[in-house]
Amino acid sequence: MKKIFSGLVFFVLACSFFSGCGNKDSPNTLTVLNYGKYLEPEALELFEEETGIKVEYEEYVTPENMYTKYRAGAIDYDLICTSDYMVEKLIQEGQVQEIDFGNVPLSQNLDPVYFEFSKSFDPENKYSIPYFFGTVGILYNRQMVDESKVDSWNILWDEDYSGQIIMADSVRDSFMVALKILGYSLNTTDEKELKEAQELLIQQKPLVYSYLVDEAQDEMIAENAAMAVVYSGEAGYALEFNENLAFSVPKEGSNMWIDSWFIPKTAKHKENAEKFLDFLCREDISMLNFDYVYYATPNIKAKESLDPEIQESPIIFPPTEILDNCEVLKPLDDISNTNLSILWKEIKSAD
Amino acid sequence: MRNLKRQLLAGPYLIWMVGFVLLPVGMILYYALTTTSGQFTTFNITSITASVHLKALFLSLKLALACTLICLGLSYPLAMILNNMNGKRHGLIVFIFILPMWMNFMLRILAWKMLLSNNGVINTVLGYFGLPGLDVLNTPSAVVFCMVYDFLPFMILPIYNAMSRIEKDVIEAAKDLGAGSLTVFFKVILPLTMSGVVSGIIMVFVPALTSFAISDLLGGGKVLLIGNVIEQAFMQEYNWNLGSGLSLVLMVFVIVSMALMNSHGEEGGAGIC
Repeated sequence: MKKIFSGLVFFVLACSFFSGCGNKDSPNTLTVLNYGKYLEPEALELFEEETGIKVEYEEYVTPENMYTKYRAGAIDYDLICTSDYMVEKLIQEGQVQEIDFGNVPLSQNLDPVYFEFSKSFDPENKYSIPYFFGTVGILYNRQMVDESKVDSWNILWDEDYSGQIIMADSVRDSFMVALKILGYSLNTTDEKELKEAQELLIQQKPLVYSYLVDEAQDEMIAENAAMAVVYSGEAGYALEFNENLAFSVPKEGSNMWIDSWFIPKTAKHKENAEKFLDFLCREDISMLNFDYVYYATPNIKAKESLDPEIQESPIIFPPTEILDNCEVLKPLDDISNTNLSILWKEIKSAD
Repeated sequence: MRNLKRQLLAGPYLIWMVGFVLLPVGMILYYALTTTSGQFTTFNITSITASVHLKALFLSLKLALACTLICLGLSYPLAMILNNMNGKRHGLIVFIFILPMWMNFMLRILAWKMLLSNNGVINTVLGYFGLPGLDVLNTPSAVVFCMVYDFLPFMILPIYNAMSRIEKDVIEAAKDLGAGSLTVFFKVILPLTMSGVVSGIIMVFVPALTSFAISDLLGGGKVLLIGNVIEQAFMQEYNWNLGSGLSLVLMVFVIVSMALMNSHGEEGGAGIC
């Protein structure tokens, strides 16, 4: 009996030693890393059916999480979708491969305007393909808020709304709001300007109900707060559930973000990744994903086949007047990043 | 030969210990003592003295202490009541106290978030009776409240166990010898349940000190505990070195508090570490 048992132990040990080596590098697979809830699962099935390529699909929450996951190096991703400044950071670190656009002919479906915007982080449009884009603004409840004031970020400092304001629980987004009020660039690294923004945010803290990212829309739908700083797509989603809600991008300007696909250096199946990119640019697939995600798609063909009402919705498709007033986030150098995270922790621990 | 077999049997535990205890602690040590480029430094550890980190550490200690005291205050009388009940009923009551532990800990925190929110169930009921709303969500009080709710069974059970082991004869003997009920409590019951109290305190204080999920969800991002600082360092800043350094400091606090409690608990019998 004991012999059998120790034999079993040995077997388990041996398995645990070698399990890491099985199954790797089969040629017809594709490992994709994307934001959570950012791709219609049906599209993946279609892709697998049409091409016979098996897709390993993984998700993450914030660009910083993605960076940690990618840098940890446990999995060799073939294709990653993330936000502008993180794409730029990885390009700067030499972690991104050029896309062979010859293999992605359908990228012509995408509006060249957004490739222009992408130039702010990918100057020659060599490394990335835009997927969805949007802005940051105030999602508010018309019953609880004076609508004449929501055209300015200053309303987030209005004491009438004490305890009803939700701020973004993300360093860059919260600082963006304060920097815009002060009239500075949201990519400033000037310590004095950042300090001023921090003082403003500390001053605001007693009025804040909570700092949230993904849950902000749920709190707004449940009417637990009067206004929240959210991404435009989330606002579009929340509006579907509660008629009292509305969205505004303040006149001081805001952040325009573009989430893009890129092929990292570790990619083992570059051709499959390009096939997948081409597949994503197809009109029907873009439509499928738009219906699922509800963020603005840069795909002109897909946009044209939407309801005119949705096409003209300024929330889902921010008009150019608003976009011209917006800045794209840039990656900061290490020192500024450390500085910023200390300033942020000081805000979070302030009384 | 027999010896070898025995050693083989210990294999899984050995692998467990090395892989999931020693190796991670070793890695934390390594990260804590190096910079991002791999050079030796003590900066990650000394950065606990930065005012933000100290503030977070003190807040954590304060909330953990408050939580432990409240749990102790609630549990001790309850354990006495349970102990004096007759067999069938107390089984049921103990069962009711353990019941919430059958549900996932995160789900219960989320449930409290729903209950306490501005338009939540509690405020709706209060409003129905014309009472002022409860404005407790996203404050340190909400965090302490939920910690107490989550960790209470860990305090009740060891105290109750210790108490139920006291022989009735001992108490009767004390009474026979002329001790009043106060004297019986302080000279007999309290010393004999000390071991339970000590394990209870450790089992509540340590998780309360290191928690970050509760403060994240019920503090609304406004309550920054040392656990949150560490989580942020790992997940948001990609600064594993700083996170490890601070974890190491927190580990020292945990070990010191456990050692402190054990040295007090020895006369009562069983310690934990």
